[in-house]
Amino acid sequence: METLMVILVGILISIGTYLILSKQLLRIVLGASIVGHSVNLLIITSGGLKRGSAPLLGEKAAGFADAIPQALILTAIVINFAVTAVVLVLSYRAYKSFGTDDMEQLRGNENE
Amino acid sequence: MFYTYIFLPLISAILVPFLYKYFNRFVHTGWFVLLVPLSIFIYLVQYIPSVAAGDTYKYTLSWIPSLNVNIVSFVDGLSLLFGLLISGVGSLVIVYSIFYMSKAREALHNFYIYLLMFMGAMLGVVFSDNLLVLYGFWELTSVSSFLLISYWYERKSSRQGALKALLITVLGGFGMLAGFIMMIMMADTYSIREMIANLDVIQSHGLFIPAMLCILLGAFTKSAQFPFGIWLPDAMEAPTPVSSYLHSATMVKAGIYVVARMTPIFGGSSVWFWLVAGIGIITLLYGSLTALRQTDLKAMLAYSTISQLGLIMCLLGVGSLAVYFGPGESSTIFTVAAFAALFHLFNHSTFKGSLFMVVGILDHETGRRDIRYLGGLMQVMPITFTIALIGGLSMAGLPPFNGFLSKEMFFAAVNDVSKAGIFGLGSIGILFPIIAWVASIFTFVYCMIFIFKTFGGQYRPEKLTRKVHEAPWGMLISPAILAVLVILIFFFPNVLGKYILTPALSAILPTMTPSPYDLKISPWHGLNIELIMTIGVIVIGLLLFKSSKRWIQAMRNYPQGLTLNHWYNKGLSGTERLSASLTNGYMTGSLRHYLIYTFAFFVIVLVSSLLLLYGFQFDFSNDAAISIFDIGLVLGMVIAAGTVLFAGNRIVAIVALGALGYMVAMFFVIFRAPDLALTQMVVETVSTLLFLLCFYHLPKLKKGIERIPFKLTNLIISIAMGLTVTLLALSANGHKLFEPITSFFENSYKLAGAKNIVNAILVDFRGFDTMLEISVLAVAGLGVYILVHQRSKGREQHENE
Repeated sequence: METLMVILVGILISIGTYLILSKQLLRIVLGASIVGHSVNLLIITSGGLKRGSAPLLGEKAAGFADAIPQALILTAIVINFAVTAVVLVLSYRAYKSFGTDDMEQLRGNENE
Repeated sequence: MFYTYIFLPLISAILVPFLYKYFNRFVHTGWFVLLVPLSIFIYLVQYIPSVAAGDTYKYTLSWIPSLNVNIVSFVDGLSLLFGLLISGVGSLVIVYSIFYMSKAREALHNFYIYLLMFMGAMLGVVFSDNLLVLYGFWELTSVSSFLLISYWYERKSSRQGALKALLITVLGGFGMLAGFIMMIMMADTYSIREMIANLDVIQSHGLFIPAMLCILLGAFTKSAQFPFGIWLPDAMEAPTPVSSYLHSATMVKAGIYVVARMTPIFGGSSVWFWLVAGIGIITLLYGSLTALRQTDLKAMLAYSTISQLGLIMCLLGVGSLAVYFGPGESSTIFTVAAFAALFHLFNHSTFKGSLFMVVGILDHETGRRDIRYLGGLMQVMPITFTIALIGGLSMAGLPPFNGFLSKEMFFAAVNDVSKAGIFGLGSIGILFPIIAWVASIFTFVYCMIFIFKTFGGQYRPEKLTRKVHEAPWGMLISPAILAVLVILIFFFPNVLGKYILTPALSAILPTMTPSPYDLKISPWHGLNIELIMTIGVIVIGLLLFKSSKRWIQAMRNYPQGLTLNHWYNKGLSGTERLSASLTNGYMTGSLRHYLIYTFAFFVIVLVSSLLLLYGFQFDFSNDAAISIFDIGLVLGMVIAAGTVLFAGNRIVAIVALGALGYMVAMFFVIFRAPDLALTQMVVETVSTLLFLLCFYHLPKLKKGIERIPFKLTNLIISIAMGLTVTLLALSANGHKLFEPITSFFENSYKLAGAKNIVNAILVDFRGFDTMLEISVLAVAGLGVYILVHQRSKGREQHENE
């Protein structure tokens, strides 16, 4: 299972990177979002999968799944959301101001 | 107590702005500042009797104890000699500056802060025992010199001179830092004294020569040795008190100090001898020859300083031979050479300091310092002339002035070295006395030019911008004191020799035991070869001076293209162009290029370090079982991601992304993470909504705007990224180096009263992180609000137009 997840993460990262490298702003935002998902999956995989029960002490189980990656991911999800929101609004603003969403045309002027 | 005095300049620098602000209207700020070097000088004088008796003092102040960096100070003869020079000349220079720098017009607080900063740094350099502390103060002297040279920063030449001085001395400083670090690695200590005690370890180490070269680079750049000396003439843009203090008496001697300090460690090696003595004597010749063609008095003095520093350096190189021969009869002549180096160092500070002050007086009173406009000032400025005469004749090496004594000793040293017969000296050693003699003739001639083209000849007031009269007493008192010293030292050289120079010598050559008889300085040795050389210098020098009209113009027409300065300027503009083209080459302004650099760096560094460290190690034995459902989910995710990639429609892409997010949530369920699954569901819903809100305003996805090579590059990089991450994650799974720390958190009920471990980690164990996370969210929310809000305002303005 871990190996399968790691391969999945690799595929997702490849797709995300490809999207980030493209010219259109919306695709870049989509790509960043995919990379964010895949990193979360990578973190949870690193803690070992399908071992013990959910980290709730009330369950009275023999063992629990690793709680630290889960706590990390919980933070990451929220931060990811904040970043996506800002980048999305930023690209929307950039498009409104400059009339293009092509990164090649948005790059700085030579004389700046 | 000791540290109060050593740090006094730095501490009192803080007070200067207040003194300037509240008292400058009544009293020149310099009078307050004068108290600093004066009290240090008086304090240090108290050390003379005990240091002369052979005592040394060690003081320790803890600075960064965790790095083992302590400010260890060591007072021995050498550091005391420099400390006395720094504080003594410092006092005289400040008295002089009080009359030189106008109270009304100049930004005195800046000037005195920089000057005190320099003084403190310089005292730090000479009293530090810890190499890294020494280096820190060393760079501080470069920085304060930079600030002082650019004191009149509205002039372009000041700024350029300051930049040049900084570039060259800091370059050397970096070299020295590297050398110091090598020495620290070799000897496994920071202390110079412990290094000297552990000589064998250092001298047999492979880094011995590299460390020596690096340290010499620092010393040579600071002491303006050939070919690094070009910064010193440009540094003359500083106010004259600065030139007199930093660029003749103290800072440029820091390099000499380091060479002297390192002589017990490196002395006796042939590389050290040839570099120090060889570069020294080349510098002597180069400086004196170049000084001849200067018309600006300050530039002439600058080149003369370079040449005199070369002379001292050469003497130190010759003196290092004493280490080679070891204690005994054969090394005595070389010990005397090192003694002569110290003697000349002291003498040079006296006569050159007074000469610089004379030039300052001329500049101040006549508005000119070009010898082509000056002349005949003997009648109007008799006292200044007397001082210039004493300083100039001492520099030329004539009796009855102290320069004569040290120059005789220098001739004796170069004669001895030509007969030494080691390090290949047998064949070319004869060059030393010849070069020394020729350079002395040039020195004699430019001293004559300095004195008689300025003060002799026809007085031409029409060429001067100001009405000339004798300088005020305050400007004359400092050079006069130095001039009196010049004469006093000639008549009583052994007072200085016994109490100050001999203890300093024992710091340079600790193993030597010269008898007081060897170190007795006397003006008359009978008609020996040194005296004949001096007489030759005077005769040929006078002939050359008399005929100077015929050849001086030819020297001044020396082509600019062949000077070191020309190469420096070319090199500087060349580096600027190179760096501009390099930077413009990769800083394209394209986000994609920057990302490509980042990704490529990530891939290359990670893969290569994994390969180099044999990090690839796969271990599938602990993998959990895979169910059919998992495989379906994985396939679903790949398909969803692929849809995002290939979708030609915005909505399809956004919905596919949402589906991907929900599938991540399902994985969290499978992996026993209910909190994550819940959060992921909520966040995914909100962000999909956000995407859908925004996409309406964003343009359609375009197909085929990217060409094939562009896509191919992206493809290669993205596949490389995916592979790297996969390999890294697999290898990480194969290496379980540490026990997981989770068991600590599984105690959460006892520790935090919480049954949900993940929640306990977030709000209790790592509560601070969560608080900061919330602030990130708040900042992001504010950012989104402002971006949206500003747009509407901008639109309103647009509509109103």
